Amino acid sequence: MSSEPLAAPAAAPILQVERIGKRFGGLVALSEVGFSIARGEIYGLIGPNGAGKTTLFNVLTGIYPQDEGTIRFEGAALARPTPDRIAKLGIARTFQNIRLFANLSALENVMIGRHVRTRVGVVGAILRNPGTRAEEAAIERRAWELLRYVGIAERANELARHLSYGDQRRLEIARALATDPKLLALDEPAAGMNATEKQDLRKLLEAIRGDGVTLLLIEHDVRLVMGLCDRVLVLDYGRNIAEGAPKEIRRDPRVIEAYLGKPREGEAP
Amino acid sequence: MLEAIRRDPKLKWAGVALIAIALLLLPFALASVGTAWVRITNFAILFSLLALGLNIVVGFAGLLDLGYIAFYAVGAYTYALLASPHFNIHLPWWAILPIGAAIACLFGILLGAPTLKLRGDYLAIVTLGFGEIIRIFLNNLSEPFNLTNGPKGIWSIDPIHVAGIDFGNATHIASFVVSGTIKYYYFLLALLMIVIVVNLRLQDSRIGRAWEAIREDELAARSMGINTRNMKLLAFAMGASFGGVAGGMFSAIQAFISPESFVLTESVMVLSMVVLGGMGNIWGVVLGAVLLSFVPELLRYTVAPVQRWLFGRAIIDPEVIRMLLFGLAMVVMMLFRPAGLLPSALRKRELVAPQDEL
Repeated sequence: MSSEPLAAPAAAPILQVERIGKRFGGLVALSEVGFSIARGEIYGLIGPNGAGKTTLFNVLTGIYPQDEGTIRFEGAALARPTPDRIAKLGIARTFQNIRLFANLSALENVMIGRHVRTRVGVVGAILRNPGTRAEEAAIERRAWELLRYVGIAERANELARHLSYGDQRRLEIARALATDPKLLALDEPAAGMNATEKQDLRKLLEAIRGDGVTLLLIEHDVRLVMGLCDRVLVLDYGRNIAEGAPKEIRRDPRVIEAYLGKPREGEAP
Repeated sequence: MLEAIRRDPKLKWAGVALIAIALLLLPFALASVGTAWVRITNFAILFSLLALGLNIVVGFAGLLDLGYIAFYAVGAYTYALLASPHFNIHLPWWAILPIGAAIACLFGILLGAPTLKLRGDYLAIVTLGFGEIIRIFLNNLSEPFNLTNGPKGIWSIDPIHVAGIDFGNATHIASFVVSGTIKYYYFLLALLMIVIVVNLRLQDSRIGRAWEAIREDELAARSMGINTRNMKLLAFAMGASFGGVAGGMFSAIQAFISPESFVLTESVMVLSMVVLGGMGNIWGVVLGAVLLSFVPELLRYTVAPVQRWLFGRAIIDPEVIRMLLFGLAMVVMMLFRPAGLLPSALRKRELVAPQDEL
């Protein structure tokens, strides 16, 4: 199973991405991208705008099929991935341009996240038998728990679109957690957040990892990425140009050239 | 004040009991005004059933369906073919209504399957075409094998019999006469209650939430693990089944059906009821159906007398002015209450986080 060219992580990898390629017409969005994430890791994905980070996310979560390469989740290759199958397998995601169910309450948003882990069908819903009621109560209980976990329980009955930007991001995380993911993929979770919110977000993400969820995140905030991630992959023009611990990445001349530009005073190693 | 009534369980039950008694006595009150009004009420209930079915597709799942009347037609013809001299088959209603619902459900899936990737305008056009296809088939399926009897339609359709009571004729209880129309009123009312309960329960369930998620953001719904293909097919199938049942009742009440009853304007009418009442709100949809069934009839009876009173004679044909006023009402509605009379406000569940857990 393990012919991984990259430094083999200590634990068994939860996700292995092997030589992924994706084209849109003549545009090569991803080319031979490969990496692997260990269970329990916080793995960062950085790169300049247009480097292919979100495309990679969309391939990973089944929104686009890849043109080349394989993705293995917990050792098994994903055959014919669709977003709903991926979610069922245990990969949940958030979106760069927040995609909540805007006209539903925060609570309902999280309850919808429980869909994939619950069973009641039409007949159960119509009969509303004890089994249905018990499941419904469990969904609601879990949704409240998650809202409290991300810290927006007091906004539970407000429409998602009335929440502040930071709270919307938290709600997206709560909704994703409701699917009981093993791997949580976050597309720029700190975008638009102020310094305090970022600090809270960092604590939240560390708590999520503490609960045994592996994290993959795209983030532009270098400070957050460097402080939070165990390892970082740098993409540029759809290729991986460097991978390693944040400290190493910062020194890598290719990364400095492609992404960080000239090292600034005080931030340079 | 309404809120106070809602909170006090005693007042609430008193209110429910009052409404129930009013609904039970309503047909006799209407009959004393004129039998036609009982009949109009029956059609208002029938259209409520239809609108509630369409509401699942349009209101819950957010899929615009302009051919909904096709399912009504399928249900109506199923009933007509299985309970009339046309094939000389006379099955009882309790067998036909489920069969009609099942066949309509099948047609719902047939329509749903090829349109899964379409939304909005594109879906509307395809469903509109579907509705027309069904009507044209009904019109022409008299050759080579006479299935539908073409434009002549099917007549002498059996009325409903419940426990030996014939719904086609009046029943005399001592000196008390209960007309067939009144009996159908109770039957339809019972059916409407069932459909409302089913709708309320579906809406507030895992299934209903999945539909709402699709309506709000299909991609996000898929990313949350909702199988949008199956859930959309389910919405089409459920909506169509309700349409099929309503169609069966239409056949039984009318005793005669022809393709003319299932034209595009009927689809538009049902859609107007859903939109006017408030898409996604079950009570709003019922209100929309009742209003759009009654107001045109009220106008029919008032437009001519009012003209005669104003001008001494009827200048404009009541039928013309009826459509004019109807159109005007719709425009005004959409300008001032675009979300409908009873908008589907966020169902503010009075859920408060359990205190001990906070």
